Amino acid sequence: MTVQDFWVLSPEIAMAVLALLVISVDLVTRSMAKVSTVAFIGLAAPVVLTLNLWFGWFGDPVSGPALFGTFEADRFSLFFKFLLLTVTAGTILASAKYIASDRMKNYGGEFVSLVLLSVTGMMILVSATELITIYVALELTALPVVALAAIHRTKQGVEAGTKFFVLSAISSAILLYGFAYIYGYTGSTHLHVIMERLAVLPTEAGVPFGSYAVLLSVIMIVAGFGFKMAVVPWQMWVPDVYQGAPTPVAAFLSVASKAAAFAVIMRIMYTAFGDPALMQDWSGLFAIFAAVTMTVGNTLALSQSNIKRLLGYSTIAQAGYILVGMASVPANQVGATFAGAGPQGVMYYLAGYAFTNLAVFFAVIAITSRTNDDSIEGLNGLLKRSPLLAGLLVFGLLSLLGMPPTVGFMAKVVIFGSAINANLTWLAIIGVMNTVIAAYYYLRVIRAIVFEEPADESKFSVDKPVLIAAGLAAIGAGVFGVAPFLLLEFAESALSIIPGL
Amino acid sequence: MFDGLLTLIVFLPAVVAVFVTIFVRGANSDQQIRWISIGATVITFVLSLMVFVGYDQDLAGVQMIDYFERWIPVDALRSSYLLGVDGLSAPLVLLTGILGMAAALGSWRIKKRVREYFFWLLLLETSVLGVFVSLDLLLFFVFFEFELIPMFMLISIWGSGRPRYSAMKFVLFTLAGGAFMLVGILAIYVTPGVNTLAMVSIPELGITGIPELIAAADLVVPAALIFAFFFVAFAVKLPLWPVHSWLPDAHTDAPTAVSVMLAGVLLKMAGYGLLRINLGFFQETRGFTIHDVAGYLAVIAAISVIYGGIITIRQTDMKRLIAYSSISHMGFVMLGVAAIGSSAAETSTLGLNGAALQMFTHGTITGLAFLMVGLSYDRTHTRHIPHLGGLWKKMPLIAIFFLIAGFGSLGLPALSGFVAEIMVFLGTFSVWPWATGVSAFGVVLAAGYTLWMVQRVFFGERPASPGISDEVYDNLTDANWVDMIPVIVLAAPIFIVGIWPSVVTDMFDIGIQAVLR
Repeated sequence: MTVQDFWVLSPEIAMAVLALLVISVDLVTRSMAKVSTVAFIGLAAPVVLTLNLWFGWFGDPVSGPALFGTFEADRFSLFFKFLLLTVTAGTILASAKYIASDRMKNYGGEFVSLVLLSVTGMMILVSATELITIYVALELTALPVVALAAIHRTKQGVEAGTKFFVLSAISSAILLYGFAYIYGYTGSTHLHVIMERLAVLPTEAGVPFGSYAVLLSVIMIVAGFGFKMAVVPWQMWVPDVYQGAPTPVAAFLSVASKAAAFAVIMRIMYTAFGDPALMQDWSGLFAIFAAVTMTVGNTLALSQSNIKRLLGYSTIAQAGYILVGMASVPANQVGATFAGAGPQGVMYYLAGYAFTNLAVFFAVIAITSRTNDDSIEGLNGLLKRSPLLAGLLVFGLLSLLGMPPTVGFMAKVVIFGSAINANLTWLAIIGVMNTVIAAYYYLRVIRAIVFEEPADESKFSVDKPVLIAAGLAAIGAGVFGVAPFLLLEFAESALSIIPGL
Repeated sequence: MFDGLLTLIVFLPAVVAVFVTIFVRGANSDQQIRWISIGATVITFVLSLMVFVGYDQDLAGVQMIDYFERWIPVDALRSSYLLGVDGLSAPLVLLTGILGMAAALGSWRIKKRVREYFFWLLLLETSVLGVFVSLDLLLFFVFFEFELIPMFMLISIWGSGRPRYSAMKFVLFTLAGGAFMLVGILAIYVTPGVNTLAMVSIPELGITGIPELIAAADLVVPAALIFAFFFVAFAVKLPLWPVHSWLPDAHTDAPTAVSVMLAGVLLKMAGYGLLRINLGFFQETRGFTIHDVAGYLAVIAAISVIYGGIITIRQTDMKRLIAYSSISHMGFVMLGVAAIGSSAAETSTLGLNGAALQMFTHGTITGLAFLMVGLSYDRTHTRHIPHLGGLWKKMPLIAIFFLIAGFGSLGLPALSGFVAEIMVFLGTFSVWPWATGVSAFGVVLAAGYTLWMVQRVFFGERPASPGISDEVYDNLTDANWVDMIPVIVLAAPIFIVGIWPSVVTDMFDIGIQAVLR
């Protein structure tokens, strides 16, 4: 490991050290307030180190392949690292009161530390350019989440944890199969090398991807990551785990885990299978997954009565919208205009979705921690009981729905626009129809909040940290909707992984 | 190119709204919030006057452009942050400035949740101004839809009667209309050859707008269908028969100032959209032009005018009465647009100018009428016409200005309503004599319902079984100076435009000529 490697890997190292530090603080002080404070302030270290990689302030980092070509801190990965760090900061802020609660205070340090470890895995994941590294990082991402989901040791929690663990293991196995096939076919685990080899290997006419081995491999890789991205038909775990796991974990899972999975699938697809002919083939695959995922997610959400389950299904539907952006590949581009609209849209949507979903989940955390009721009826008349929280939640739901001028609207416009530009008008139409279906259940929740009479009129106060976290997330969702260029320019400059740009 | 004035005028109310909500705290905060919010609307009015006066009529075209190309820096999306005014939008910006100020002034006596009220009222003004100055179709849509949220809050929280029902009805109708518009935008977007969402051409910036491009393009979606998508969205908002039914409910249950905004400027967003988009885009499209359907538009307009007028006569609630009269009056806007069917450029220009002027005058006249109903209701606590009578003796000022609004609405010469309606009739009569002839009865109906209401409410004797007790009646007071400020603000343009119409019609003419190309 050279000095250069050290700099390239510095944010991840800082993150892992922070996780250990947090556990030590917990051990020594037994004070949850200190744990939260140390974790929150400590996050500054990885943030600064990531900024350093972007701007090159000190240590002269060169963003080239590091660690024998298995790891790359390019701008694409840095975009997602910023996003992950933001989400982590929000999660820690929002769970400050939660880990200090009676049922949690013995595991608070572990909770925060596990979150940080999982994020470490995700940060490696978005940078990994080699299949084994990707796999190891993926496991590092998933295992802490299993423990987090089951941290309450209630029947529901353990069920959630077990379910997540078993399905995660199966999906990893499928993924490994996919990796094995492509390794067997091309003789390399490095994404760049795979691309070069695929270009020169003979292809069979009439077979998608030019060879059944590649076809099988791509399907298995997509299936493996489909679990993380909550793509239908690998979505079954989502509502159960969201309902069973503690809400901060669900929030974290719905945003960070999804962003990392999309980042890595983008990298694999655009690097290893970035040949224009291959691109068109997997574009069709993603288009089908997108259409099915949106429709199933939204349809199943219609009849939910538990807010966390409903959000679980809504998360699935949102993944479907993001897949529309995955399907909108440059190779299908109509005309000669700039080709990166699809990937750019994915990144914009993921970031906007992260802010929106965090606002919604944090508001739900704040509410359910007071009412202990996570049914939709439990939100009845929330406007009267806590206007501020109600406002935040309604705003977040409107953004999920795609109401102007929130980021949810603008992201959908960008995604559907890119689909139309990539000759996928039918997919854009299905997408628009889906937003209409989605309007029904989001408005149903909004109606409960605004119109229904509350069963219990009493007002309730809200913990400051979670309110601040939700507020900041909501402000992000508003600002990035009104000024989309802030994120889109950022995403554009991070699109270096797309071949030909 | 970034002039900055329009960006300032659009976002000033919103910024003040956020500022006031977060930072103005303390014991006396309600009063401070009122002052600051009203101050913001006054400044916005001054800025809107600057826009109106600053528009160089000799230069014509689009002026005061704020252009930020990389608003959505995805080249595939072809949308940019493009604000600008032309002859069509400048008077409407001024109208919004006037009514926004009048609405804020008229909200002086709001006691309930003052902070939130002004927050939403100011956001409403931002969204309406945004609609009038946006020249990018997506940006236009964003502002057009955004207006829903403040309106929903204002009606459902500060309304009376059945506010939640009315607010929801308003939202559902408008959302449905908005969905049609979005589909229309998408339909234009998928057209090969239309590589912009700019609603007008701006040669200085090298922008060729949709009107030019769509004329030469082979449309994927038939032009008639795209026209219909936009038309439905604007018909709901205008509103035209048969999609008008949200309007009386929303108006009746909304608080006074919100009714003023709703009737005064929100309906004009639809009229503006009709002129800018339905008329602007579809004059030379392949396979279909607006000329083909002008006759149908005239018929719908005539039905709206007469149907609205007849229903209005039957109303017993003052506010509902004025609400229904809006349907009738907005029918004239549609009728004026139908003059496009004329083969002679002069007549169609006259009709279109009349339509544009009708929007302006209806905004001030109906705004004033709602304000007067509000003042009367604050004192008598009833709007039920048979319960009232003889109010003249107790509140002469209110009666006088009510009468002015009524005269304006029925088209008395020297008031602005007359000018607009006569222009519409003169422009349309030679093209659609029957529809125009029938619509002319709308004016008769207007005279009927307006005068009859004024007579029953303000003049005559108190009814045998009065709805207000003697004690209340004896203690009735006239409007004081606080109440009169917004009244004067709204009454002044009615006289000014009535006597000197060219102050706005010259402006509108420039805009209409540009739309007609």
